[in-house]
Amino acid sequence: MSFVRRVVAIARKDLLAEWRDRESFSAMFFFAFLVLFLFHFALGGDQALIRGASSGLLWLAFTFTSVLGLARSVQGELENDCLDGLLLYPAEREAIYLGKLLGNFLVILVVELVIFPLFAVLYNMDLWSRLPKLLLIAVPGTLGFAAAGTLLSTMTAGLRAREAMLPFLLFPLTIPLILSAVKGTEVVLRGDPFELAMPWLKLMAAFDTVILVASLLTFEYLVEE
Amino acid sequence: MPGPAPAVETRRLVKWYGGYPALRGIDLCVAPGEILALFGSNGAGKTTLLRILAGRVRPTAGTARVAGFEVGKGGDRARGAIGTLAHGHQLYETLTASENLAFAAAMLGLGRASERIAQVLLRVGLEAAAGSSVRTFSSGMKRRLALAKLMLRECKVILLDEPYASLDLQATKLLEEFLMASKIGGVTTILATHNLTMGFGVADRLAILRQGRLVFEGRRDETSLEAFRSLFSLHGELGDVE
Amino acid sequence: MIRRGAERVLGGLAALGLLLGLYTGFCYAPPDAVQGEVQRIMYLHVPLILVSYLAFFVVFVTSILYLARRCERHDAIAHSSAEIGVLFTALAIAAGSIWGRPTWGTWWTWDARLTTTTILLLIFIGYLMLRALVDDPSRGATFSAVLGIIGFLDVPIIHMSVVWWRTLHQPASVLRPGPSTVAPDMQVALYTNLAAFVVLYGYFLVKRVRLEEARWELSRLRMEGAA
Repeated sequence: MSFVRRVVAIARKDLLAEWRDRESFSAMFFFAFLVLFLFHFALGGDQALIRGASSGLLWLAFTFTSVLGLARSVQGELENDCLDGLLLYPAEREAIYLGKLLGNFLVILVVELVIFPLFAVLYNMDLWSRLPKLLLIAVPGTLGFAAAGTLLSTMTAGLRAREAMLPFLLFPLTIPLILSAVKGTEVVLRGDPFELAMPWLKLMAAFDTVILVASLLTFEYLVEE
Repeated sequence: MPGPAPAVETRRLVKWYGGYPALRGIDLCVAPGEILALFGSNGAGKTTLLRILAGRVRPTAGTARVAGFEVGKGGDRARGAIGTLAHGHQLYETLTASENLAFAAAMLGLGRASERIAQVLLRVGLEAAAGSSVRTFSSGMKRRLALAKLMLRECKVILLDEPYASLDLQATKLLEEFLMASKIGGVTTILATHNLTMGFGVADRLAILRQGRLVFEGRRDETSLEAFRSLFSLHGELGDVE
Repeated sequence: MIRRGAERVLGGLAALGLLLGLYTGFCYAPPDAVQGEVQRIMYLHVPLILVSYLAFFVVFVTSILYLARRCERHDAIAHSSAEIGVLFTALAIAAGSIWGRPTWGTWWTWDARLTTTTILLLIFIGYLMLRALVDDPSRGATFSAVLGIIGFLDVPIIHMSVVWWRTLHQPASVLRPGPSTVAPDMQVALYTNLAAFVVLYGYFLVKRVRLEEARWELSRLRMEGAA
């Protein structure tokens, strides 16, 4: 029971700390807006092309923005030795990992919930009616990305080339996840029957399971010195 | 061996960071209820030793036992018996004093801690600033809050790394009272410091660490401050010590 | 670990194997009915890919062993195997690219297997970069072990996702002959080259691990000297 309380305490602390000065949130929102805005120019102003590529573009926006958030989350712990402090408590390492994961996951999800309407407005698409199904795809996708990202950002946090290393390690590993999320989103946006998205959901579930189990087993080795 | 089991004990403790030897074989023994003051300049290995005892760093060789647990093997339960006051204050700047303590309480597994939190804030003189963001605190206030965090629950062993740094007069007195009260309560304390005068004043035992080796160890009541000061300068480290 | 004598034998075997492989690949096996001589690259490309998968599997196993036992030898083997794996994978992709150019007129194709192999390459290049960036060797070993485990576990998932993605667009490509779908004398050439490359991998591994172990020995001596 205290395990769950610790996980929730860490996530709450992260969200609260973030909400106080909103540094991370703002940076992520503005970056997301910028990325969405740039798509217009990158694709030659062709609205039809953008709508056709919308599932891929959405996930590009989500993942790039997430990397920003993940990096800042660990930075926050490195200031003032807070990560050290966190590890000095009698808390299981798994609880610390899950707590950070939960915090990261929720932050990224909130940003996604803002990106959806932003995209819909900029590119004149109706995403609102499809939102529940879109979330059905977005949640496992985001969970897997946050899980891998929490693990890897812990690894890269102290390194010299950390801004480059986190995406360089994270993206190849999560390609199957991003791929499945894009395909699943495509199914929803085209209005196809949802069963077509099932294989992709299964793949995301497989990825999420593997990454969560592997992270829970190896996190304690990562943080000890 | 007569007497109670030592609260803290290390045998041939070694720690290498890459090619750098931080600790080169430390044999230490601290009885329950004793206060050990550890002196040494920067890089002598004080912080490394404390972090190994706290279970944060894994030794390269040798063993250490703290509060009855072997370091690294006792796991999470061992850490529950140990309280620390680290170099960096380990506070979240965007949260308030109460929120920081509430988080610490949750992580320590203390349920319904709001009363306790109010108590410790009062004890360190921060009750007025309870709802203020830590970002607005002076460094002295931050140190006091870190001390309050330590006071949240009873530990068997306390490890303090440079506790006198950035403390004003009032806070220093607070720390001294806390150390004395803990000692009466049977808590074992190891504090690492630059501050010869303060450390000497509060200790039962003294030790000097130099380049990863324990070059002196003895009882405080067998020497005087001046004698100890000259002993310390003998090891050529007096430059950065008060 | 392995005595110098045995190492020399291994080296000799590797050289012999490669020569045999060259012979069977260029002379013994007939040219392909459809593609002609260019198809002979398969005797290089397929063994390279298979051996690099072997190399990454070795990284996976030794990474787990390292986390469990903290034995430096396992880390040395993991590091060495990853390096060889990256080399062989890069060569395999290059060979595949050279094969593809005259065959379909393109240097690159988003074929499922090629894509998966490239992602694998990226993951293990990341592995090597991570090692290079971490100063403390035991932390570097730990981080790499975790990455090695997760990277390898990811491979089947990557493969499935890419295959499902591609089957919507293209049927299986020509670059995908398994040993069983190939004519018997071509199989001989294939197996010979495969065996040769496995021995070559073994030889490189032994030599590289020897170098790593010398490094560990050096730091151990330094430790004793300073204590």
